[in-house]
Amino acid sequence: MKVRILIMPKEGLLDPQGRAVTELLTSKGYKIENAKVGKVIEMEVDDSVDIEEIAQKYLVNPLIESYKVEKK
Amino acid sequence: MKFGVCVFPGSNCDYDTYYVIRDVLERDVRFIYHNETNIKDIDILILPGGFSFGDYIRPGLLASKTALMYAVIDFAQKGGIVLGICNGFQILTEAGLLPGALLPNINGRFICKDVFLRIETNSRILTNKLKRGEVLRLPIAHHDGRYYVDDKTLKEMEENDQIIFRYADKEGNTDDEANPNGSVSNIAGICNKEGNVFGMMPHPERASEDVLGNHDGLMLWYSLIS
Repeated sequence: MKVRILIMPKEGLLDPQGRAVTELLTSKGYKIENAKVGKVIEMEVDDSVDIEEIAQKYLVNPLIESYKVEKK
Repeated sequence: MKFGVCVFPGSNCDYDTYYVIRDVLERDVRFIYHNETNIKDIDILILPGGFSFGDYIRPGLLASKTALMYAVIDFAQKGGIVLGICNGFQILTEAGLLPGALLPNINGRFICKDVFLRIETNSRILTNKLKRGEVLRLPIAHHDGRYYVDDKTLKEMEENDQIIFRYADKEGNTDDEANPNGSVSNIAGICNKEGNVFGMMPHPERASEDVLGNHDGLMLWYSLIS
């Protein structure tokens, strides 16, 4: 099974990369706001693997990040 | 008294730290590699600066899951003294040995310059040779040094005397202008509740000899060995 873990900076925390993207695009005239830059980790996993455990124990810092898992 | 300097793939302040301990402090020291687990001969552990495992995913994350770090966690839980400098501080927060996290600098840039630090407490072993309110000048060199912690934990840390340094100006004023990276409450260095695990973003090992133009870091090393 292919899974994707999407990790985003937690709401309310300043994300300098997201701010830079927002500033770039608004300076080009696009009507956008609040761009956020996160990460995607994609992997092939056996059905027996607990992907939530992997995310919480190894990949996500809950103090500063939120995440969701997409299974395909 | 024996020091250990932990080495992960991508550590790059390991030799500077080793040199200061061996040649300036004249203390026994050895490197400890990331796959080692026997650290019984060590009294004080240093996690040096660098970019362990390329800072992949988050700075310090992958190093915090190595065999050595599980031994370091055990060492710290038994009261062993641990000091993390820069990337070492990031590793300690990722390992759960220190509260909070280190986020990308507020300006999105790598910052490499001297800063002033105000000593917030001298009741902890890292600063017991210094005076409260005294100001040191030390270099910082990081991209992810914005200390973040929630308000409740910050309050507890203040009550428990866990804030060691704050970014300040040379008169010791800790205003926004003196804050290089956007850290909560200008925090530059902390310890755990028990006072045996320390983390700091500035580099005392780069400021421990007159020939380098600055020896303000020396008093921290002297405090540690006293």
